[in-house]
Amino acid sequence: MKKFICINCPLGCHLEVDDSDPNDIKVSGNTCPRGKIYAINEITAPKRMVTSSVPVSRSDLLRVSVKTSQPIPKDKIFDCLNEIKKAHAEAPVAIGDVIVSNVCGTGIDVVATRNAHKI
Amino acid sequence: MRKCDIVVVGGGPAGLAAAVSAFEAGTKDIVILEREERLGGILNQCIHNGFGLHTFKEELTGPEYADRFEQLVYQRGIEYKLGSTVINVTADKTVTYVSEQEGLQKISAKAIILTCGCRERPRGGINIAGARAAGIFSAGTAQKLVNIDGLMPGKEVVILGSGDIGLIMARRMTFEGAKVKAVVELMPYSSGLNRNIVQCLNDFDIPLMFSHTVVDIKATNGRVSSVVIAQVDDKLQPIMSTAQEIACDTLLLSVGLLPENELAGYAGVELSPVTNGAVVDDQMMTSVEGIFECGNVLHVHDLVDYVSEESSHAGKCAANYVQNGMSATQYVPTCGTNGVRYVVPQKIRKDANVEKISLRMRVANAFKNVELAVLLDGEKIFSRKRPIVTPGEMETVVLGSELVARIKQGSKLEVTLLKGEEK
Ligand SMILES: Cc1cc2nc3c(=O)[nH]c(=O)nc-3n(C[C@H](O)[C@H](O)[C@H](O)COP(=O)(O)OP(=O)(O)OC[C@H]3O[C@@H](n4cnc5c(N)ncnc54)[C@H](O)[C@@H]3O)c2cc1C
Repeated sequence: MKKFICINCPLGCHLEVDDSDPNDIKVSGNTCPRGKIYAINEITAPKRMVTSSVPVSRSDLLRVSVKTSQPIPKDKIFDCLNEIKKAHAEAPVAIGDVIVSNVCGTGIDVVATRNAHKI
Repeated sequence: MRKCDIVVVGGGPAGLAAAVSAFEAGTKDIVILEREERLGGILNQCIHNGFGLHTFKEELTGPEYADRFEQLVYQRGIEYKLGSTVINVTADKTVTYVSEQEGLQKISAKAIILTCGCRERPRGGINIAGARAAGIFSAGTAQKLVNIDGLMPGKEVVILGSGDIGLIMARRMTFEGAKVKAVVELMPYSSGLNRNIVQCLNDFDIPLMFSHTVVDIKATNGRVSSVVIAQVDDKLQPIMSTAQEIACDTLLLSVGLLPENELAGYAGVELSPVTNGAVVDDQMMTSVEGIFECGNVLHVHDLVDYVSEESSHAGKCAANYVQNGMSATQYVPTCGTNGVRYVVPQKIRKDANVEKISLRMRVANAFKNVELAVLLDGEKIFSRKRPIVTPGEMETVVLGSELVARIKQGSKLEVTLLKGEEK
């Protein structure tokens, strides 16, 4: 039995999930269908967006903020952060520019979320 | 003295949206004054995602959301001055600002829109006893240090306050290699989103201690070395027998935002003791004719989307005032009762010829299975069932033209909760 708090709305239902039979995952404690979908995703393939920032040179900014272009598997968060920590950008940077491509072999890029002008 | 139709004080999301919408409404002689070196306000440091779902139907980070509105300002060639701090606003609508390039300057405006945002409640605001040591930061200051300056405020962290800013910073500090030992919350619940509790704390096994507070701060060589926390009773008084010490070098305070209303005060604008913002009518006009207020300076918003919405409305109304002058003669006051802590706007023009009016409100406690109702002189004219309402989430009721027409005959508008159970 695994426990989750549903994040879909402020009710925050306490969900209990029985995944002893992977073909028939049972969810209880949910008030609406969104709770069930959430719990099954959290059990089978939890994903998270990762946001951080990297240093940028030749700009009036010190850092430029970045995000994964899509959510990545939750267990890859810290590996992804380690790759981001090694990265560095050079101005000019535009929102959407790829800063780290195919981060941790996920096929997902880390992209800039802020423009940095060259000075 | 320079003359200008509209001066916007503050270039955050509220100021940008107000300026763009005033421009669109035909008043183009506008200047935005911003004290920082860039537009975008607090969004520049909010690098996490979760902005704009409502407005753009996609989940943006703070800087991306700000950029969307900055582009609208650039495209229209709306004038803005950076590094320009407004130091005075008068009732006759003279704005005084200082900047490195221009020194002390005055502008005489036909209308002023105040969009100065909030500042964080400091340690003095909650009177925590103990050492006056290095290592105590407001959560927003820590956010700026990490995200803008690339500096880490500390290694072992305790956070007081579980609102969204505290939760976001718990994850951010963890991402940058710090150990967040606990998030301590005075109340028995968090005002933050469940999503943030799950994704910022539970994901990283950071303990969230409800009904606890910091009762002492200890220091060694001028730096925080530990904090003492204790459980509180139902009157929120610490129970000293439950005190425990947590070793840490950093304490982050996320204990509330205070609307920045000094300028409004100088102009003689009437302020609400509940919201700490101005008292406004349905055009977002304050008690001083021609001075408008919107965004976080008016009342604390949890979602920037609603800041943009409210501010677009204020900008349009300011342009209308510049073009057509004052229209209001009589007002219908609004109020919140039975668990509704406040309603903005606080009054509605009786002769308002508008298609709709948005009432924004917050409740005082969490209630389940409630009916949120609007009463006009006691008669129910609007109601909506809600499975839950919480103090952390602003509620909005939009009254359409039919209902607005009925308000004209009324004398008092009340927003209330019916049939709720306290959670
Ligand atoms: C840490 C944090 C996290 C948040 N997370 C989210 C989230 O996940 N999702 C979401 O939707 N919303 C979030 N919000 C809320 C959202 O960011 C705010 O509601 C929004 O930024 C408020 O906009 P504003 O323009 O009213 O104020 P601000 O953004 O504070 O802008 C005010 C501007 O006015 C300027 N100013 C003030 N005084 C003067 C003066 N005297 N002269 C000149 N300029 C002046 C300031 O420098 C600033 O640029 C968050 C807020 C914070 C603080």
